[in-house]
Amino acid sequence: MASAIRTIDLTKRYDEATVVNGLDLDIETGEVFGLLGPNGAGKTTTILMLLGLTEPSSGSMEILGLDPRRHPLEVKRRVGYLPDAVGFYDDLTGRQNLRFTARLNQIDDMDHTIDDLLGQVGLQAAADQPAGEYSRGMKQRLGMADALVKDPSILILDEPTTAIDPEGVAEILDMIRRLAVEKQVTVLLSSHLLNQVQAVCDRVAIFVAGSVVAQGTPHDLAAEQVGHVRVEFRFAGDVATARSRLGQIATVDDVIVGRVPNSLIATLDPGTLADTVNGLVSGGSKLVGVRRVDDDLDAIYRRYFETREEVTA
Amino acid sequence: MTTETAREPRAVLDAPGGGWRVVASKELADHLYSGRFVVLLAVLGIATAAAVFAASGAIREVAQDAEDVTALFLKLFTVTTDPVPFPLIIFVSLLAPLLGIMFGFDSVNGERAQGTLPRLLSQPIHRDEVILGKFVAGIGVISIMLTALVAFVAGIGIFRLGVTPTLAEISRLVVWLVFAIVYVAFWQALATLVSVRTNRAATSALVPVGIWLVLALFGTFLFSAVADVISPDDGAQGADLANAEAEYLISQISPITLFQEGSTVLLDPEVGYTGLLTFERVDRAIVSELDLLQSLGVVWPPMVALLAMTAVLFALAYVSFMRQEVRA
Repeated sequence: MASAIRTIDLTKRYDEATVVNGLDLDIETGEVFGLLGPNGAGKTTTILMLLGLTEPSSGSMEILGLDPRRHPLEVKRRVGYLPDAVGFYDDLTGRQNLRFTARLNQIDDMDHTIDDLLGQVGLQAAADQPAGEYSRGMKQRLGMADALVKDPSILILDEPTTAIDPEGVAEILDMIRRLAVEKQVTVLLSSHLLNQVQAVCDRVAIFVAGSVVAQGTPHDLAAEQVGHVRVEFRFAGDVATARSRLGQIATVDDVIVGRVPNSLIATLDPGTLADTVNGLVSGGSKLVGVRRVDDDLDAIYRRYFETREEVTA
Repeated sequence: MTTETAREPRAVLDAPGGGWRVVASKELADHLYSGRFVVLLAVLGIATAAAVFAASGAIREVAQDAEDVTALFLKLFTVTTDPVPFPLIIFVSLLAPLLGIMFGFDSVNGERAQGTLPRLLSQPIHRDEVILGKFVAGIGVISIMLTALVAFVAGIGIFRLGVTPTLAEISRLVVWLVFAIVYVAFWQALATLVSVRTNRAATSALVPVGIWLVLALFGTFLFSAVADVISPDDGAQGADLANAEAEYLISQISPITLFQEGSTVLLDPEVGYTGLLTFERVDRAIVSELDLLQSLGVVWPPMVALLAMTAVLFALAYVSFMRQEVRA
């Protein structure tokens, strides 16, 4: 399938600091691609370059086969963009804000399109309220509708799930998935909340300090993570014996007491989990629950930037 | 191959260029519904009404004695009367800058503060259409207000004087109105430039307001101080004249001076000169009525200078905005 977004050695320097360093991306049509990394990793700068809003220092890029520097309007006509901390004209209603975007895009049947989008993001009731009265989460939803007004081939979403309640996050992610599957929209989303978005991404790139440190499907990246995952075992009483048993199993590295009462967290090779459980049960421990503490990419995520910020589970 | 390369830039040129109209119509609607529009209209309206009532009263007294006063109607704008210390054109020259500043000072950094700029710039319009649309909308609302004020003055004048303006007077008023719009556009361009360069609306309001106040309140003092340094009046023969000439030349950098000078000539057919009235030039000042074309012949230098200053400021704002990067 053709590349929707492609960058080669894309670099951006501000004075002394290199914000994006030799970025190579190749995102296929209809793919949902996650750009993951802590705040300040260069995600937003990358997005601004792809939109032609910021000049790269070096390197090349193609959006739908076009260079955004040479064909800015053609690119902007086909790329919907939801900025980080999106803002609207406070004095205009949500609907009026969308109408302005629609007019700039010369959308024909705009009232119908706008009604439809407001419904999709669940803002019909607040549509005729001034945007200045919207909550952060409502603005985020309106921003989603705003990015979709032009019926884009590519959707670029900068931190689409921040400031939204968990229910809203699920709705937004569901919407992203549907757009990709039903309308073959290519989605590039950035986030610092890995757990929230990994489920919806076909592929992710982990972006730290301007460079991609890992790239692939969430599954591949997890498999690449040789070594160990953390598993929580819960017992019906008698944790002490279970602890000594766990310690005796050769493939288990490290055992600590878990936060849940009567639980232990062991670090082990995921391939040996079944044998470990067997060993515990045959030894007589009353095992009532087993749970991987790390989600698929959590280990990678922690390895690269746990020290830089708190990872919200 | 050649056709391919020839077509590529075309694709950009063929792109719709109507985006500035969409921006301008939104901005104009914003201005007209804004609180600042209502407040400015009320303040200027009340002040103008007071000035005109006073002026028309004075003119009535004069007109009763003299049968043959030329351009009686335009005297509304140029006559000085007791409660108001200066004529209406001076009043406009001092207060109208506020209009331009109010509709320009947050035009670009307001978008930045609301977080709407990245969204706006990611729409398929050229970046210059954003600033052009905003500037055009500003001029639009300024034109509406100034036209309304002039019509208001004319209305009060007709009512109080019982004299209808002649065609010559109306054409003088129209030319003056255009001149006044350019004058206010100068201040709008200045405010827009500052709003491109600064991030906070408070700062970008203060800078043009500061320049306006300094020129309006201390302009005369400043110009004479500079003139005294450049060409001191040391009592030598002709030194006083040289000093006055220098002061006049320096005062020409102020848009307020340019506007006052141009307005006086445009609205008073008996004023046939600008600048210093020296002995050699006294023939130009001999009272004889000029027609509009003759008046225009006299005032084209300040008019063109003002237009050029406005154009330069807008060009600076434009270039500055085009070169600015959106930053993360």
